[in-house]
Amino acid sequence: MYTQGLDSLGKESLHVASTDTTALEARFQGKIDADEKIEPKDWMPDAYRHTLLRQISQHAHSEIVGMLPEGNWITRAPSLRRKAVLIAKVQDEGGHGMYLYSAAETLGLSRDQMLQQLIAGTAKYSSIFNYPTPTWADVGAIGWLVDGAAIMNQIPICRCSYGPYARAMVRICKEESFHQRQGFEIMMTLARGTPAQKEMAQAALNRWWWPSVMMFGPNDAESKHTAQSIKWKIKRFTNDELRQHFIDVTVPQAEFLGLKVPDPDLKWDAATEHYTFGTIDWTEFQNVLKGNGPCNRERLETRRRAYEDGQWVRDAALAHAQKHKQREAKAA
Amino acid sequence: MSDHPEWPLFEVFIRSRQGLEHKHVGSIHAADSRMAIEHARDVYTRRQEGISIWVVRSSEVTASDPADADALFEPARDKVYRHPTFYPIPPEVKNL
Repeated sequence: MYTQGLDSLGKESLHVASTDTTALEARFQGKIDADEKIEPKDWMPDAYRHTLLRQISQHAHSEIVGMLPEGNWITRAPSLRRKAVLIAKVQDEGGHGMYLYSAAETLGLSRDQMLQQLIAGTAKYSSIFNYPTPTWADVGAIGWLVDGAAIMNQIPICRCSYGPYARAMVRICKEESFHQRQGFEIMMTLARGTPAQKEMAQAALNRWWWPSVMMFGPNDAESKHTAQSIKWKIKRFTNDELRQHFIDVTVPQAEFLGLKVPDPDLKWDAATEHYTFGTIDWTEFQNVLKGNGPCNRERLETRRRAYEDGQWVRDAALAHAQKHKQREAKAA
Repeated sequence: MSDHPEWPLFEVFIRSRQGLEHKHVGSIHAADSRMAIEHARDVYTRRQEGISIWVVRSSEVTASDPADADALFEPARDKVYRHPTFYPIPPEVKNL
């Protein structure tokens, strides 16, 4: 049950002070080690709750902000078919945000609080969405690379120890592969088109390659949360493992398209059966993360305006519902 | 913003096809139950995942406490005779 988990967090959590916390923690870790799921009302360490809240709300915000760069092209999609597909994709992203907010709410934060954290800039979202989409090819590159990287990140989360998050991820992953394929199809059409179209596809790959590679987060040595998250089975693979996997599967796809991955150091290592790749420019990543990317301000401003402009609609719908309820009560 | 109350939360149950039971899929915010059905349609059935939707206000759900699970479900634990495998039947007896 979803909200019930918020309102009353279960007796165990109320008596933590008087019972043996270490014993509760040991039992909790025992359940996780035995691959049992944790559900909303089960006892959980505060740090587990906070880690999940941070991760799930951040994930939800990313889906919502992620609607903006692609939404930019809905009115200018090159055909009715492309337009219908793009609308469906952007609508899916909105839906994914809803699944995730719904899962995060079970941990004790209301939807409204989360939205306000996003607008206030105190909650993060994936910094990939702070890059602009200047051409139609960017829509293709986002589907192929950004959604491709997201899938790689998300499939292991389907087995996350927290039940509501894992279930939301199963739903999301089922829908995500259409996103990646439609993006690849756009890239394929452009890559097989006129020289100008192929050039446009290459330019989009050049823009999105490194930001996509950085989507997996800092190198393992720099990632302070990884070890604990893996112990809690929130995370199943490290950032570097996922990044390597992404590069290994994506480079042949670029080759198929006849496009060049913008990394002069990229080469196949027959011994390890992996690609080796160039050094990542983390200063740029940190800079975008700090709010200085090309679109940070614009994205937040758009979300803030949507929230504020929608306030009268939410108020009116609620007033309407209350009026109807009163009328029904009178008639009865 | 706190002077604007949030839309209430509804739990959503979906019957995926005729002959199957409604199953809990998640939750949704809406001003009333009619709007909750429409929002649930948009969020949970974009790919024909359902033919029927139930919505219930989350505040109306009473749930058992996992901390009480031992006591609550204990009575069934020692009643193995409720299962057919409890009764040894000679192999020559058929259709039983």
